[in-house]
Amino acid sequence: MTTRTATPTPPRTRPSPSPGARRARLRRWLPGLLLLSPSLIVLAVFVYGLIGWTVTLSLSDEHDALGNKGFVGLSNFVVLFTEDINGRFTHSLKNLLIFTVVFMVGALLMGVLWAFLLERGVRGEGFFRAVYLFPMAVSFVASGVVWRWLMNSGTGDQAGGLNRIFHDLHLGFLENPWWTDPDWGMAAMALPAIWQLSGYVMALFLSGFRGIPADLREAAAMDGASTYQLYRHVIFPQLTPTALSAMIILGHMSMKMFDLIMSVSGAQWITEVPAVYVWQTLLTSDYAKAAAISIILLLLVAVVIVPYLIYNNRVERRS
Amino acid sequence: MRLRTRTAVAAAGMALALLASGCGADDGDGGAGSKKVEVFTWWADGGEKAGLDGLVAQFKTDCAQYEFVNGAVAGGAGSNAKQVLASRLQQNDPPDTFQAHAGAELTDYIKAGQIEDLSGDYKEWGLDSAFPKGLVDSLTVDGKIYSVPANIHRANVLWGNKTVLAQAGITVPATTLPEFFSQLDTLKAKGVATPLALGKDWTQQMLFEAVLISKLGPEKFSGLWTGQTDWAAADITDAINDYKKLLSYSNKDRDTFDWTDAEKLVMEGKAAYQLMGDWEAADLDAKGFKDYNYSVFPGNGDAYQWLADSFVLPKNAKNPEGTKCWLKTLGSAAGQKAFNTKKGSIPARTDANATDYPAYQQAAIADWAKGKPVPSCPHGSACSQGWQGAVASAQGKFSSDGDVAALQSALVAAAKQYASK
Amino acid sequence: MSASTITPAPEAPISKPLARRPRGGINRRSPLGRAATYVLLVIFLVIVLMPAYVLLVTSLKSGREIGVNGQWNLPTEWTFASWEKAWTALRPSFIRTFELAIPVALISSALGAANGFVLSRWRFPGADVVFTLILFGMFIPYQAVMIPLRQVVHEIGLPPGIPTLVFVHCVYGIPICTLIFRNYYATTVPVELIEASRVDGAGMLRTFASVILPLSAPGFVVTIIWQFTSAWNDYLFAIFMSNTRNGPITIALNALAGAQSPDYAASMAGALITSLPTLLVYIVLGRWFIGGLMAGSVKS
Repeated sequence: MTTRTATPTPPRTRPSPSPGARRARLRRWLPGLLLLSPSLIVLAVFVYGLIGWTVTLSLSDEHDALGNKGFVGLSNFVVLFTEDINGRFTHSLKNLLIFTVVFMVGALLMGVLWAFLLERGVRGEGFFRAVYLFPMAVSFVASGVVWRWLMNSGTGDQAGGLNRIFHDLHLGFLENPWWTDPDWGMAAMALPAIWQLSGYVMALFLSGFRGIPADLREAAAMDGASTYQLYRHVIFPQLTPTALSAMIILGHMSMKMFDLIMSVSGAQWITEVPAVYVWQTLLTSDYAKAAAISIILLLLVAVVIVPYLIYNNRVERRS
Repeated sequence: MRLRTRTAVAAAGMALALLASGCGADDGDGGAGSKKVEVFTWWADGGEKAGLDGLVAQFKTDCAQYEFVNGAVAGGAGSNAKQVLASRLQQNDPPDTFQAHAGAELTDYIKAGQIEDLSGDYKEWGLDSAFPKGLVDSLTVDGKIYSVPANIHRANVLWGNKTVLAQAGITVPATTLPEFFSQLDTLKAKGVATPLALGKDWTQQMLFEAVLISKLGPEKFSGLWTGQTDWAAADITDAINDYKKLLSYSNKDRDTFDWTDAEKLVMEGKAAYQLMGDWEAADLDAKGFKDYNYSVFPGNGDAYQWLADSFVLPKNAKNPEGTKCWLKTLGSAAGQKAFNTKKGSIPARTDANATDYPAYQQAAIADWAKGKPVPSCPHGSACSQGWQGAVASAQGKFSSDGDVAALQSALVAAAKQYASK
Repeated sequence: MSASTITPAPEAPISKPLARRPRGGINRRSPLGRAATYVLLVIFLVIVLMPAYVLLVTSLKSGREIGVNGQWNLPTEWTFASWEKAWTALRPSFIRTFELAIPVALISSALGAANGFVLSRWRFPGADVVFTLILFGMFIPYQAVMIPLRQVVHEIGLPPGIPTLVFVHCVYGIPICTLIFRNYYATTVPVELIEASRVDGAGMLRTFASVILPLSAPGFVVTIIWQFTSAWNDYLFAIFMSNTRNGPITIALNALAGAQSPDYAASMAGALITSLPTLLVYIVLGRWFIGGLMAGSVKS
């Protein structure tokens, strides 16, 4: 952060304040805390409290509607990794991994490329920017309707959607089973997500590009740097924080992906990810197992987010 | 600046008022009140909706003092509805009655103490003698009956496009699996793109079960769900291999297909056969397609793989008397007729007059009377919801990788995990 | 937005998200390079618009025309029948979704403004830690709270459907709205202004009402758009907490499009109807919409 978040509170280093001074200080910040407290209480209950509840559930044996009979330690977690039928859980993790990698790489490449093209000044920039960004306003449920149609897995004379275009253009080799491919189906499933989020990445990077002081560029130009050198050594290094936040945003969205998959393929084996598995498990009233999967999902997100939040907090404090 | 504070307060008040209006707008038909009977189903369109409407008309005559409230939840072939229902039951906010497949699926609710014993009412309404003994037995858990079946469907029916079959010189339906395979080969040789049309998850489960019935016979097949037949045995492996061979005659994009998409392939003449429950008859008729024939799945003989939609009285229903009136109407001869002539199923009652029904149902009524009943897992008469979910997942995997050993060991594991429950 | 993203600190004022590009002798490019740029931009434009084309064209076709052949062609016979069918199916939930998204947008914005003010300009010891703890709530996968949440909202007596969803969206919208306002106040409200108000002897609430709120309009626009869009587009909470009879439009659309033998023309018309309000917000208030998205970008 470039702006000061300096607080109007008195310096903390004052040696042993008198009771009066302490009361005055208290009077200074207590109203703020009071104003904040409804939100804090609600979040304490509905974020941290409920997470705690889910953790408890994941350590119990509430496997049906009959309710909780007892504490079983980590066995629900162990079962997920070792005894789940057909390795269903590890399969869903594998799917999530493929999806996440393709989605993040795809959206970042597209977004950076678009930002790069637009950044250098083109006519109608506002128009291009607006069109590239519009998928962001649409829900995954709505875009799922059209992507399910586009990614029709029929080929040859049965081809529909994108395969139809490839067929009609005599590009038959491009026809493919999309998300129904047992090995790489999840890569196809990432396409709608890339379509939807690339514009967002573009917007992030555009504002990143624009945040670079003009005199930096001019200085580089004066030194006789080529365009390549300018980007390689001056501009891109400045964009590391932008790239980092784009990755965090895309990454945590990807982990939670549910709407898109439900509306494109519905819940099925080939495209199952942990978030969908939770839903399927709840359908059979296996609350403990659903809780265990949810907690693993939470941990996956936390592993990335918590260090990032701490890092961010530090950076802010330093500035 | 006091004015500004007041503005802020007013804004907050308005927000609250909006919130309250949100509440108010939604409260209209929640199913509360002593006169209303909220009937929870997943019958939202097509022949199912028509059947429900027929039943509701009868309910309005028989139970004029009550008001029917339609609690249908559409989508996902019932899976959306089941999730909503599970959440409402968990929240102790049940509808007045809900649809559930008769048989093992009901035991989930019974064990959870979520539905009431109806044995007394069965006697009072004379239902214990009106339904066939076999059906009453499978509805009975520890001497008590918890649901009233509205109908009987048959799952193991093979539907064919007559023109396509005739072009391939097929006039007589196959009666054994080997015969069926040779027919499929003929069709393929004649250039039929998809000899056997197939859809996703539960439709694949149905096809697999039909093969199992052919391989094992009705008794051993029923034993799979009670622990008397071994899932690890060699004849199961054979069945899986035959099923795998059947998949090779089916459309590759089956995992993107609902049963009606597969039905469309048959109607358009792109496919010759489809295995589907007998709700297909009503659906084909509704769509004006006449060029079809039907037969029991090859090798199934007189096995009648049944499933029944039934209704229950949930604990803590708001209007139990209204629910009972609904259930009584449902079980009555008039109610069953009003429902089943439209839905395409046959009445569960034995005293129904077959001539009231269209041609397919007349044949089905005759078959039901003399056939051997076997249950169905995807339709809840054979297994619990948890078991069903595990099998569906394993079947989904098999559809994509064809790994015979993996499917069998998954089926064994699922039986081990759920059979005792 | 399904993207319930983000972290601290917009650098530019939110209302002017994309500063004008720097002018100067930087764009020394050959005409060839310039042409290539435009060709690429247009190719991507076509790709991005392709799904929109399919939606529009298919929704205007009659049932007979939706086969495998000519899928990509314009309709030979234009009809609004599918739009009517979709509208009939979606209308009740369309109205309900407004009853959901508008209160959510207003309530969470109000909470966010109060929190953001305290955390940026009326701080207390440990405010940073508290802020980080609040922020974490934005990133959690909601599955991790969903199972008990369903029970809790029932036990506190919230009527099912829209009222429950309003509450839930407000609660889980607190982090993002707090973040947006905190960053907004930190960048636009000078500390001196607060100090001056304090010197005048104003208490916190008066300072907030008389100094801060009058400056807050741009922040409110952003949070209102953000929360409106994310409540409108939400599917996860909706599917857990409501159903087709009392839930928002995403549930109704999913039922329409996912029902047995989906009618593609009606599904696509339904998808367009579902997207209209958020698209309208995007088109009319695009600047602030983008501002909302940018509110999340970190530029430490």
